[in-house]
Amino acid sequence: MDSMRGLRMSMVEAGTALAFALAGLAAIGDSLRIGTGWGADGPQSGTFPFWIGLILVAASAGTLVQAVRTRAESGLFASWGQLRLVASVLVPTALYVAAIPFTGIYVASATLVAWFMHRLGGFGRARSAAAGLGVAVTCFLVFEIWFLVQLPKGPLETALGY
Amino acid sequence: MEELGLLMQGFAVVLEPQNLLLMLVGIALGVLIGVLPGLGGANGIAILLPLTFAMPPVSAIIMLSCIYWGALFGGAITSILFNIPGEPWSVATTFDGYPMAQQGKAAEALTAAFTSSFVGAFVAIVMITFIAPVIAGFALRFGPPEFFAVMFLSFASFIGMSKGPALKTVCAMMLGFLLAAVGMDTVTGQLRMTFGSTEMIRGFDFLVAVIGLFGISEILCSIEDGLRFKGERAKIDAKVVLRVWASLPKHWWLALRSSLIGCWMGITPAGATPASFMSYGVARRMAKDGASFGKGRIEGVIAPETAAHAAGTSALLPMLTLGVPGSPTAAVLLGGLIMWGLQPGPMLFVEQKDFVWGLIASMYLGNVVGLLVVLVAVPWFAAILRVPFSIIAAIILVVCAIGAFTVSNAEFDITLMLLFGVVGYVLKKLDYPLAPLVLALVLGDRTEEAFRQSLLISQGSLGVFFSNWLVSTIMAMGFALLLWPVVSWARGLLPGRRIRGPATA
Repeated sequence: MDSMRGLRMSMVEAGTALAFALAGLAAIGDSLRIGTGWGADGPQSGTFPFWIGLILVAASAGTLVQAVRTRAESGLFASWGQLRLVASVLVPTALYVAAIPFTGIYVASATLVAWFMHRLGGFGRARSAAAGLGVAVTCFLVFEIWFLVQLPKGPLETALGY
Repeated sequence: MEELGLLMQGFAVVLEPQNLLLMLVGIALGVLIGVLPGLGGANGIAILLPLTFAMPPVSAIIMLSCIYWGALFGGAITSILFNIPGEPWSVATTFDGYPMAQQGKAAEALTAAFTSSFVGAFVAIVMITFIAPVIAGFALRFGPPEFFAVMFLSFASFIGMSKGPALKTVCAMMLGFLLAAVGMDTVTGQLRMTFGSTEMIRGFDFLVAVIGLFGISEILCSIEDGLRFKGERAKIDAKVVLRVWASLPKHWWLALRSSLIGCWMGITPAGATPASFMSYGVARRMAKDGASFGKGRIEGVIAPETAAHAAGTSALLPMLTLGVPGSPTAAVLLGGLIMWGLQPGPMLFVEQKDFVWGLIASMYLGNVVGLLVVLVAVPWFAAILRVPFSIIAAIILVVCAIGAFTVSNAEFDITLMLLFGVVGYVLKKLDYPLAPLVLALVLGDRTEEAFRQSLLISQGSLGVFFSNWLVSTIMAMGFALLLWPVVSWARGLLPGRRIRGPATA
């Protein structure tokens, strides 16, 4: 029964339309602050975003109305089971992104690859750790050594002299 | 035949050993990108773009455009062998390609797909060779109002020709324009929509957006079904190739028609994906026994592949001549031009002859090389999909993060990429088109600039967009396309009311 229940399409549809409308309103507000009329050097900075924001609000209002009117016949956006799968990828990725400023990209990447393999792929600890290390070292060789691109580094790289 | 002379010069550029090597690397990377879920032409090129800053522009564009050709070829491999479209434009290829593979005719299907891809691309390149200089020469006379009108037309055609709800296309597009406007105003230096945040002053880089919208979101979409690849095996040998090639000439009309559909859809910013569907649909309707499509007809592979490749290739025509890209991938290449210090638009054909003709020559050669590479290396590329998804997904996430960071060496961009990924996932599931968002983000600043310069010329009167026959014609075409959904909506409403009337009364 798990596959039959989940987030309703109409809810997400309405929420997205509202978010679009808010973005449009924010643009309108900011444009009014900096001027939407005719300045010394032509149209003021706010003119273009003002009208774009206005169109965005109108279009998202239309989408919202449609979402509300058809809410009865709308299906599922995703079942809870599907959302759990998405979260199993999204949450580690978010932690990965959050960790990069502190650990550098190499350590974080090695951990991410190892975590995915161990938790999602069912690989053993040793193999997962080895693969994570391999990916990190390969990236290091390709970017820092070969292409001379500086990626974010953390305490470990500093300790190793980079 | 001035073009032929210039084309020969272009070949001289391409045939330099360094450029030939980059071409091979580009094709191989491209096929790899096309095979892997979550990496496609647009975000694959976006990730690799920062690595090309040190190269001469012509070498860089040769490598990046070859990645594009490779990705176009690669999409067919997963469609036919695994029933998983590696790229959106190869969805239509799965309809008949996968049944053929199940019947043990994978090698035939792949050969037909690659060969017809090549034919489609070839027709498009020939068209570009001869039409691009003409359009560029014509566009040299364009002023700001005409440029604005061309942008208006291409955005209007997104709305007019979109298959999904027009309002959603408008929403996605306007969001793109707004994101483009964030940061420093290029004309007055005024800060816009930064809301006091210092990170926002740089604005949103579209490369970061592309990596998130197309890469991260694709991973999230794939994991939903608990993706497990189950594929047919394929090995192509010379005998099969020759047999298929011998049978292909009788489909010449199908190939030509599909190429033309593709070229048209590629120049107008509809892109390769609708082109492949339309070509498949037309082929089924025109066939005597259309009902047998979907059960493994070779025509069902030829039609979408030819059109997709023709569209993907001809999307470069408006990008080169007008600076208005015809597809998200072309938009990323356009972003590359700007970063290498080239001004996209008709002046390219005057000032950067080596660059333009080097690129066009590399299209000819790149597609020949691409055809050979995929025919020889199919089993190896197919083997990649036997690597478990948990490994591939993690590696793709890492590659995306690195790509987002290298765009402007900003850690904040990695966070933005993730946000764009979530946004892309939601929008994709709700049927919002992502291509107009990306194109608006890329072209936003230049559209606005053209708009403001036009108004400066006319001292604020909107009449400047109808001041001569050229700009009026382009604007009128744009408005016609804009009104198209309204007209069809109104037409659908009339009989709809009549049917629903008694039921509700």
